[in-house]
Amino acid sequence: MESSTVIWSLISYFLIGLAYFAALAFALGMLGKLIGYLRTPMPWPEVTTPAPTTEGGAVLRVLGDVTLFPNLFKADKWLWAGAWLFHIGLAAILFRHLRYFTYPVPSLVLYMEPVALFFGYLFGAAALFLFWRRMALPRTLYISNIPDYIALALMGGIAATGILVSTWAKVYLVDVKAFMLGLLTFDPVMPPQHPLFVIHFTLVLLLLIYFPSSKLLHAGGIFLSPSRNSPYQVQIAGKRHVNPWDKPLR
Amino acid sequence: MAKFDETPIIKDPAIEGILTPPALREHIASGVRCWPSKEKDTEKINLPSSLVPDWQNKAIEKFAELLDKNQALRVYMDICVRCGACTDKCQFYLGTGDPQNFPVARAELMRKVYRRYFTTGGRNMPGLNDSADFDEEMLHQWYTYFYQCSECRRCSVFCPYGIDTAEITMAAREIMSSIGVSTKYVTEVVAKVYDTGNNLGIPAPAWIDNCQFLEEDIQEETGLPIRFPVDDYGADVLLVPPSADNFANTDTMIAYGKLFYKLGIRWTTSTYCNEGGNFGLFLNYENMKKVNKRIIDAARMLNVKTILWGECGHAWRGAILTPTLNGPMDMFDPPYPYHIHQMLVKLLRQGVFKGQLDKSANDHYVVTYHDPCNTARAGQLLDEPREVLGYCVNNFIEMPRDTIRENTYCCGAGGGLLTDELMPIRMAGGKPRALAVKHTQANFLSTICAICKAQLPDSMKYWDVPVEVGGVLQLFTNALKY
Repeated sequence: MESSTVIWSLISYFLIGLAYFAALAFALGMLGKLIGYLRTPMPWPEVTTPAPTTEGGAVLRVLGDVTLFPNLFKADKWLWAGAWLFHIGLAAILFRHLRYFTYPVPSLVLYMEPVALFFGYLFGAAALFLFWRRMALPRTLYISNIPDYIALALMGGIAATGILVSTWAKVYLVDVKAFMLGLLTFDPVMPPQHPLFVIHFTLVLLLLIYFPSSKLLHAGGIFLSPSRNSPYQVQIAGKRHVNPWDKPLR
Repeated sequence: MAKFDETPIIKDPAIEGILTPPALREHIASGVRCWPSKEKDTEKINLPSSLVPDWQNKAIEKFAELLDKNQALRVYMDICVRCGACTDKCQFYLGTGDPQNFPVARAELMRKVYRRYFTTGGRNMPGLNDSADFDEEMLHQWYTYFYQCSECRRCSVFCPYGIDTAEITMAAREIMSSIGVSTKYVTEVVAKVYDTGNNLGIPAPAWIDNCQFLEEDIQEETGLPIRFPVDDYGADVLLVPPSADNFANTDTMIAYGKLFYKLGIRWTTSTYCNEGGNFGLFLNYENMKKVNKRIIDAARMLNVKTILWGECGHAWRGAILTPTLNGPMDMFDPPYPYHIHQMLVKLLRQGVFKGQLDKSANDHYVVTYHDPCNTARAGQLLDEPREVLGYCVNNFIEMPRDTIRENTYCCGAGGGLLTDELMPIRMAGGKPRALAVKHTQANFLSTICAICKAQLPDSMKYWDVPVEVGGVLQLFTNALKY
């Protein structure tokens, strides 16, 4: 057997093992965090006013926060623009990646194919802008720490390799899909023999492993922020906020 | 109903020019710290008086306990991305230039400890995860910078996730107080409440004296038989004012008297609890609850029909928490908790004061309104005071948009900072508000908070803004015809 074949099969087994490990680490990590958040009560009304007075209004407020970043818009227009484009790009890219996981591929995913790369570039450009801003503003440079750079480096590396395997050194789609569907059906096959793809995929797996113990938790946490997700119902009869761990005074 | 959206609002650019974020001067404010608490106070409020043995482990235990008790704390420890949106929003950074007064930097003091003791990454690779031990140096930083936060929540309005630094500051102070580290000012005030019923330590006879003195004074001045009843059993309304209203801001106390006289309401204050401002908020849960319970107890003792909260920001924050802290309030007439300005707006809309108000009585004033942080950002009282002003003031001008309503700046002394040794921080933190007031060229700065009324005259003088500070109710009763 040629040595390159041996190396590739080693890489393949490593990648397949890492993929299952990452999936498990991500799922368990997120589940643990979620259980931690949800079993912790909010002991007193914490909502920041002006606030909606109905549950429906609070849901709308959170949906607005998730999709439009209104607070960020108030705080800093450039940051808002960078962050919003970054997340739009990310959402579009994730959606487009469905074509590697699904069979048959939803038609909407196929329709966006002509503009798919645009979102890739958008995401990369926004990530670069956010990185530049972090370094260039004395205020953000002061508060930035190693985890911030780790997250940006992972994202940036994933974006760069992702763009490269779609343009400069294209990876064969059928191989990728066979590999992904193999993983998903617990019947793994060899990954495409394409170094850039291997790097891209490995970085994604590392991100998944890192996710539950990182600031990337804001993706779920934004739904659980008590100052935003609860209505102001202090004076509405029958809506008393109860503190479950409270004890009577001695 | 007054259309306050149509009142002139100064657009931002001019003030933005003045309030450019200052250059960073790290730890420039680190020398400004509260006096430590005294044993005579801490023993009254069930706290250790000095650093307890094994304090590091005790603090981490308390931290773990609070993480399990408070969802906001748990979520906010994890989700900050350090985007920097809040960095130029805190008045204490804008005033001092100390980057440790960025809301995010303040919170990171706590997050570093959180990551060190409560995350896998921080336990094993503290350097890579920006974690830090809870050591003497860290405790020192906590004591300094968590007592340079006024729990005003302005940062939460600009945070994309609504991270509320007030919750983090409150938790940090609770942890510190549990290991014997607290400030003289806050502990002294809470101890005074248990002794005398109010934050200023006014004993009951002096309170009654003050009220009689006010009655005589007004009788002489206006000829009206306005009463300031104390401990009147069976009255309709128990008024819970900030005690400063009967001591420093007597104009506001007089205004309560005039209003109730005009309405013919039988009201009273209580010598058991003549204080709304809850300093337990700045210390720990147990004392917050105990202090607040006195209001309900006083109302029961006097068998009143309802409780009205007066012009006090932290009182209103406490009022909102009352049903949670002290049980359902359904022995009182709804709605509850009820603020005096909410009642006033309801009556004004019903036309109770039709033809009774002479706006021109306030014509010598150009009035602007300072939103206290707690009424605006914790208590939904944004339109009510403006509506009241619309009925009683001709010349009203709003400050720039990014300094009012939910964007309001703290006066600079809320959250247990209204103490003399913090004067440099108070004056620095008061700068954004002072510049905004200066910009309006108003000569009367109205507000509905006793702490604001104590701090603003000092900070306005310091920043050279010639303006009179007073209550909204005071302007209203000026315009009232008898």
